[in-house]
Amino acid sequence: MSPPPAAPRAIRSARVARLARPGALLALLVIAAVFPLVVTNALDTQFAVDTLIYVAAVAAWNLFSGYSGYISLGHAVFFGSGAYTVGLLTEHWKVAGGTIFWLLPLAGLVAAAIAVPFGLIALRVRRHTFVVITIAIFFIFQLLAYNLSFTGGNQGISSPFFLWSAQNYNNPFYYVALILAVGTIALSWLIRHSRFGLQLLAIRDDEDRARGLGVRAMRVKLAAFVISGGITGMVGGLWWFFIGQALPETAFNPIFDVTVALMAFLGGFGTLAGPVLGALILEPLQQWVAITFTNGYTGEIALGVLFLLVILVLPRGIVPTGRELATSWQARRTRRRGGPGAPSGAAPPGSPAVPSPSPSGASSASGGGVQ
Amino acid sequence: MTALLRTAGVTKAFGGVQALRECTVEVAEGSIAGLIGPNGSGKTTLFNIITGYERVDRGEVWLGGRPITNHPPDRVFAAGIGRTFQLTRVFSRLTVMENMIVAAQHAERGHGWLRNPLARAGGPATRRRAGELLEFTGIAGHAGALAETLSYGQRKLLELSYVLMADPAIVLLDEPAGGVNPTLITTIADRIRQLNEQGTTFLIVEHNMDFVMGLCHQVTVLDYGTAVVTGPPGVIRTDPRVLDAYLGTAEDGDEAP
Repeated sequence: MSPPPAAPRAIRSARVARLARPGALLALLVIAAVFPLVVTNALDTQFAVDTLIYVAAVAAWNLFSGYSGYISLGHAVFFGSGAYTVGLLTEHWKVAGGTIFWLLPLAGLVAAAIAVPFGLIALRVRRHTFVVITIAIFFIFQLLAYNLSFTGGNQGISSPFFLWSAQNYNNPFYYVALILAVGTIALSWLIRHSRFGLQLLAIRDDEDRARGLGVRAMRVKLAAFVISGGITGMVGGLWWFFIGQALPETAFNPIFDVTVALMAFLGGFGTLAGPVLGALILEPLQQWVAITFTNGYTGEIALGVLFLLVILVLPRGIVPTGRELATSWQARRTRRRGGPGAPSGAAPPGSPAVPSPSPSGASSASGGGVQ
Repeated sequence: MTALLRTAGVTKAFGGVQALRECTVEVAEGSIAGLIGPNGSGKTTLFNIITGYERVDRGEVWLGGRPITNHPPDRVFAAGIGRTFQLTRVFSRLTVMENMIVAAQHAERGHGWLRNPLARAGGPATRRRAGELLEFTGIAGHAGALAETLSYGQRKLLELSYVLMADPAIVLLDEPAGGVNPTLITTIADRIRQLNEQGTTFLIVEHNMDFVMGLCHQVTVLDYGTAVVTGPPGVIRTDPRVLDAYLGTAEDGDEAP
């Protein structure tokens, strides 16, 4: 038995692992960028745009709800407000064609502005009550969309038809949706590694403790809520432009809230990749169900059943569960080999505490005798 | 010696229950003070009021000549009061190092809260300081582990460590020896003494009488929400009012933590 060969191999595999991630990401990005050039069927690209819209929406939702642990079922407020903003401005300013895309930042600003009072009210209470309040505020906004003088009531607001040639009609939407989605994911990554993100995660784990360590909880939560709401508003604006019509019940749609939450839970609430994965799985599935079962309500029933299944089988989502399985599989493999080079990451919960390798005398005290 | 921390006539009721009445407690700068009293005598409530988790009905809290009455917890922490909880509270899904960095935020924040909010958490100076503190408390080997994988005693050490990240003037410990094995109790007492020698003031709530009497310079006894008596451990041990309120049962070992 000579241990030396193991070391270089470990180093090489570590190097591969380090490169694998950015490599895979780059590959995904390239695939996403060339997708509409390869797949030109209008129905397929339409699905792709829908999916990307949901990827962006769920990433934005996760940026607040996933990181802070405050589950919002009222993000349709931002989605709808963004949709109506772009719709009304298009009508009012007589904007046409691709110029409408430039209204999206305004939709984001309006949604963000709405998020400030919304957040100041709803974030005063703790998690469970927060959910209820977001639902209540959502219904207020839906009622407003029906009843305000400028929202078009039941008719909603329609977009101008046939903006450009039917050839590759979906492509501009696709790329704008892709930019929104990738931008939101990148922002989520930045936040996850920033002190702002760390404060959010601390709030998720124990808000009172975080406050006692100097975290200004309200400010941090509100900032995340406003950023998340603003992005959701831009996504809503794009959706209006793409679908061509906003009705009170489709722009301010409770199904949107449930879908986004379900996507996040399916993939892994609070993780970076999980919600994206959830959207990539669920939205095409939903479209397929809608086409296959044309009676209208089967899709919603399927959604409900899926929600229950996720809670039952994968309460923590695909990504965390998968990661756990991978870790335990790796640990089992290392144990079988009998090598001491176990990964220095987290010890599996429940195993006896390992005395810390620090030379200080106190280390022995942190050993297994502690209750 | 001047009082670093002082509560003056603090009164607090929860519904019909009078948790604190006219409670005046002083902690001298540079000392280790103990706060004892039977269950329900208001010790934790007093901690909660000092650190901003509860508001006073009446009375004041002073930190070194500045009033901090009813300040929110984050401001109290920034003002120089660190605090641990009776049941340990760590950020379970963050790593031990990340737990430490959370507590460094206020020092790291710099001026103006919009100053690059997306800067990476935990600069090299913060991480070095966190490493030193973890080394000091003996859990440096777990820096990369999720806090939820720590044992109860290690969580106590982590709580002590991250509270120290902000170099607080005074640390409030709520039952540091509760539910911890004897070896670790000795370690914790040693660390407290070392920190105290470097200038940190302590106020400790604890049921373990040997721990309190061996460590504290000054002990205050709470009974029914009022400070009954304050004095050095030797005096407190023999004061009839104290024996009446508390110690008689504790020394017989009835007062399990």
